[in-house]
Amino acid sequence: MAGIGGRVGLKGSDGEEVVRRALELGAVPEAGDRTVRVLQRLRSAQAGFELLVAPGPMGEEAARAAGLEARVVGEVAGPGTTAEDTRRIATAMVERERVDLLLFAGGDGTAADVLAAVGSSAPVLGIPAGVKIHSAAFAVSPEAAGVLAGEVARGSRVRFAEAEVLDLDEDAYRRGEIAPRLVGYLRVPEEPRLVQPRKAPSPAAEAIATEAIAADVVEGMEPGRAYVLGPGTTVRAIAGRLGVPKTLVGVDVVRDGRLVVADASEDALLEVVSAGSAAVVVTPIGGQGFVFGRGNQQIGPRVLQVVGREHVIVIATPWKLASLGGLPLRVDTGDPEVDAELSGHVLVVTGYRDRAAYRIEV
Amino acid sequence: MSTQAEPPAAYPYIPNAVPEVREAMLREIGASSVDELYADVPEHLRLTQPLDLPPALRSEAELVRHVEGLLSRNASTREALSFLGAGCYQHHVPAVCDEVNSRSEFLTAYAGEPYEDHGRFQALFEYASMMGELLEMDVVNVPTYDGFQASATALRMACRITDRTSVLVTGSIGRDELSKIRDYLAPDVSVELVPFDPATGEMDLDALRGMVSDATAAVIVKSPTYLGVVETRVEEIAAIAHGVGALVVGSTDPSTLGVLGPPAAWGADIACGDIQPLGMHQHFGGGHAGFIATHDDPRFVMEFPSRLFGITSTRVEGEYGFGDVAYERTSFAVREEGKEWVGTAAALWGITAGVYLALMGPQGMVELGEGMMVRTRYAMDRLAAIPGVRLPFAGSHHVKEFVVDLTGTGRTVAEVNAELLERGIFGGKDLSTEFPELGQSALCCVTEVHTKGDLDRLADGLGEVLR
Amino acid sequence: MTEGTWPIGPKPPLRRFHQARWDEPVIFELSQPGARGVLPPAVEPEIREAVGDPVAALPRSVRRERPPALPELAQLHVVRHYARLSQENLGVDLNVDVGQGTCTMKYSPKVNDQLASDPKVADLHPLQDPSTTQGVLEVMWRLEQMLKAISGLDRVTLQPGAGSAAIYTNVSMIRAYHASRSEGARDQVITTIFSHPSNAACAKTAGYEVITLYPDADGYPDLGALRAAVSERTAALLITNPEDTGIFNPRIDDFVRVVHEAGGLCAYDQANANGILGITRAKEAGFDLCHFNLHKTFSTPHACGGPAAGACAVTEELAPFLPVPTVERDDDGRFFLDHERPMSIGKVRPWYGVVPNIVRAYAWITSLGAEGLREVAETAVLNNNYLMHKVLEIAGVSAPYAEGRRRIEQVRYSWEELSRETGVRSEDLGLRAADFGTHYWTSHHPWVVPEPMTLEPTESYSKADLDEYAAILAHVAEEARTDPELVRTAPHASTVHRADHEPLDDPERWAVTWRAYRRKAGLGG
Repeated sequence: MAGIGGRVGLKGSDGEEVVRRALELGAVPEAGDRTVRVLQRLRSAQAGFELLVAPGPMGEEAARAAGLEARVVGEVAGPGTTAEDTRRIATAMVERERVDLLLFAGGDGTAADVLAAVGSSAPVLGIPAGVKIHSAAFAVSPEAAGVLAGEVARGSRVRFAEAEVLDLDEDAYRRGEIAPRLVGYLRVPEEPRLVQPRKAPSPAAEAIATEAIAADVVEGMEPGRAYVLGPGTTVRAIAGRLGVPKTLVGVDVVRDGRLVVADASEDALLEVVSAGSAAVVVTPIGGQGFVFGRGNQQIGPRVLQVVGREHVIVIATPWKLASLGGLPLRVDTGDPEVDAELSGHVLVVTGYRDRAAYRIEV
Repeated sequence: MSTQAEPPAAYPYIPNAVPEVREAMLREIGASSVDELYADVPEHLRLTQPLDLPPALRSEAELVRHVEGLLSRNASTREALSFLGAGCYQHHVPAVCDEVNSRSEFLTAYAGEPYEDHGRFQALFEYASMMGELLEMDVVNVPTYDGFQASATALRMACRITDRTSVLVTGSIGRDELSKIRDYLAPDVSVELVPFDPATGEMDLDALRGMVSDATAAVIVKSPTYLGVVETRVEEIAAIAHGVGALVVGSTDPSTLGVLGPPAAWGADIACGDIQPLGMHQHFGGGHAGFIATHDDPRFVMEFPSRLFGITSTRVEGEYGFGDVAYERTSFAVREEGKEWVGTAAALWGITAGVYLALMGPQGMVELGEGMMVRTRYAMDRLAAIPGVRLPFAGSHHVKEFVVDLTGTGRTVAEVNAELLERGIFGGKDLSTEFPELGQSALCCVTEVHTKGDLDRLADGLGEVLR
Repeated sequence: MTEGTWPIGPKPPLRRFHQARWDEPVIFELSQPGARGVLPPAVEPEIREAVGDPVAALPRSVRRERPPALPELAQLHVVRHYARLSQENLGVDLNVDVGQGTCTMKYSPKVNDQLASDPKVADLHPLQDPSTTQGVLEVMWRLEQMLKAISGLDRVTLQPGAGSAAIYTNVSMIRAYHASRSEGARDQVITTIFSHPSNAACAKTAGYEVITLYPDADGYPDLGALRAAVSERTAALLITNPEDTGIFNPRIDDFVRVVHEAGGLCAYDQANANGILGITRAKEAGFDLCHFNLHKTFSTPHACGGPAAGACAVTEELAPFLPVPTVERDDDGRFFLDHERPMSIGKVRPWYGVVPNIVRAYAWITSLGAEGLREVAETAVLNNNYLMHKVLEIAGVSAPYAEGRRRIEQVRYSWEELSRETGVRSEDLGLRAADFGTHYWTSHHPWVVPEPMTLEPTESYSKADLDEYAAILAHVAEEARTDPELVRTAPHASTVHRADHEPLDDPERWAVTWRAYRRKAGLGG
């Protein structure tokens, strides 16, 4: 089943600051169980809030099991739950009910559906439902999600930041390849150690590092060389420094400080890099540390062969590297030879005139 | 049980060095010997001989006797009459200062959180607050190593704030401090000296006007200067620097701020200096700590490398909590992306300075400063009356130090000081190699510890030596 | 009720601790106008008569207009205020301070404090004629000889103020060395992520580009990463060993060789020397420079964050660049300061070093000797592995890297499993430990080890101390499962309650001084 369960929202009681949340259950069987754990943790936060839930197995049952009062929002059309249900109820929670936090349980597919429904500015958080997740929009555990929801319920100033959403490329999947695409960004609470992958200690530190990286890369840009800029917020800072627009989930090319190609396809990239000197600037996308092959497949093996390893610039903040917990950076271009070329050690740009010597593996 | 012939196996500082305890612990962790725990240290890197150190003095009595024996070969400023200054000062250290900084609760604390170590945070916040009043500035750092580091960091802060890479340094600065500044500002910041007027000892403003440019990040001016002179035209200096968009770093001696206006009062953007005079013994030059202060402007605050402790509320009404302000500036938070670096420096000296300022209070600081000025003037007048002795900056204002020029006597400072030493007097610092243009000159320091009798003894002694 | 029972009942397994909580106002609030704490000596009337009023002669623009607005307290109130604040700290003398990993919180012997405050050294001026300071010069010279033996290197300076200052001193000497050989184009310094942040930060301050090596899968510094990082631009490698994880890099001499082959120098950050004194040295691994923290390995007290002391040791080849002056002994056995060193980097600090701590360190090494230092190292390592054994019995904690292998003198643990399970963070656990009279430190940033805790027992603590510490951790970990909110809102028995840290990052509200706080909070005056 690809559908998604219900949603739960929270609304503040009279006289208190209105606090609304919503929770969505994923289709995966453990999702209901995990949601109960989230709500139990939320209950112990002793905060005033209203809980809104999607009907039946999509949230209402979990609330009951956790001993929480809840108001049901929306309807489910048929006996099973579908992606369409997810999107409809998510939209209702955010736009009509104006929840302060939308919780959903599931995997990458669920995150993509939620993104399609509510967009990048709604406050959301994913509850991991036991499947392998590439997106960065999930808490590390149901308990962690409960703690975060509790912070929001208490009215603490919880900061939110962009988190990458990756979704399976259906065609590639059918061919037997795992090739998650970067589909966009969700806005999730920025409690660094409870949301994966762990970000900076604070937005301030993140901003310092990102700006420093951008300064370094821009300072090193050679005249006449085309720079292929991959997706990711860290790369976006480079475009920002140059004053050129950046495609959120796509690949752009700049040369001499100006935009040359926006949202380039693999063919367009091949044409540009073959026409003159070129370099590629990428950052790991998603929670698994992939530098190529997850979310930036347009920068394919043929493009990399022309550019050459020595002109591949990998950038990442120190916390991004730290979040890998000692595991290497990964590459999966689809071409084993190109992969082998790229592996070994790379000098990652981590700041202004700062590098990290890091392992990169297939 | 060991006999008297064998050294005891037990070590007072190492409770688990008792063989039975060692065995029990090794057994519990399943190791056959301590050697096994060093498995990662390869054979070829292991030492095969014991370290070449002198035999241990295992008993406390022997240790004390040995070290005191060494120290007895020193003659301190309590036994002789000292007029040495030049950056390290003999002031009275109130007993309460020694009491507080020898309390083991402070002495053995380190880096706990502002909960179980709340006391140290509050004590340092209070130090910063008292310095803030003395300096009339809202932001004061947790102390850095010493006044030289404070000057050097203040200059780098100015370079970052203005995004410029050249600084002008007051030409009468001590050559040790200049050496530190040059080393610390290399390789990217250029350092030039602004000459001083040989008649007054104050900065040459015409020279300054000719040297400032839109490449100047900062001008650092000291008042009193290293040579003891009060800079009277500091407002003009500030105007000249600000006129080209440069910042003014005002370096000062906090013990003089009961009578002198603080740097902020005449236009300094960053104040700095050394707090050794505020309750620290001379310690053979080991009692230093540096302060850096600015106004509460985020552009400046964000450039401090040091920790800054701020006050905040807690879950309980009326309770004071403390913590790090803008921690992300620091190398602790962001390693090499931080401002310069921060580490263990001189916190307990900062707490001590707070104790000193609280004991002295407003009146005490005024009396201290005023008293030094009066005594210094008396000393200057008495020495100037000795034939051959000249005071090159007699017409300028002094607080606690002044230059004495012996060139006209035909004697060197070194010779004169040797003879004064025989009379139990430590004469002023010999400036002849540091400032050759001043000839055979010495830098004499007078503080509140000197009585009229002491000053007369100096004058009479010098008079005798020169006859 | 247990009054009257005999014998008095046993103590519970965990002490019923409560820290002193004085709710003490800020000192300005204790001010009483007119009160005085200590009086400076008055100027004699004869001097005033002779001199007049030099203060009045000061130009108005440089005269202080109003006395500084310092608090006014009688002496007892100053004493009492600071005595109360002193009780609101947990240092080595008060707690089983094994939680401050990398800080080496060993016992600072009281006899050394007494020796350091002897007026015969505390009241010396640094410019006194050397004939009057032979004692202190000899102490300095002897300590230098000891550190030469401990490091195996050729020359020592005691001038730096503490560890980071010593790192910077080493970097400055490296810079001068390369410049003297016209190799100023070497503009990169290599370090590791588990070395102290000051290695990276000092190098950056001195003008270098920094390359940080991340560890391999087992937590050892990655030789492959080093090879990728060295080039003709390499000025130096700055590295700690064992690293802050407590893991010793067995290929350290290979690391040194790779850098030497590229023409760079190697500086050994020996902040973590406590477990290897007398076991291995900088020299055998091939290092050109090293530094020690006297306030860590050599027992000088930590003093709330200094004063401390740093020492640098170098090979003969680097000796010309040492800071000036150096302490020398002439053929007649007399000590003097040598200022004639044309290639010196100059001054890194006023005068010669933090002398009170030099005296303490000298006394400490003297009281132990070579055998004693070996005992220090071996016991520190045994204590650490024993504590690790006990800590790893707690469910939810792990010691990442080098699985199943021993550590040297400290361990970086991870509470990631417990955190995932309960949502309770490492910092929360550490603060709850304060309710039992102790604490711990997590890690330097960034947290490569998630939810970290770094423990370093040193040789000063007994088996019973370590057992108590482990029991506290076990208890707090259990509470994270059974009563997570209690842990997340800790401490409850400490000096104050959880503070709101938001204002500290907000320019509108942060207040580093009382005057700033009063202004921003609208309290006026």
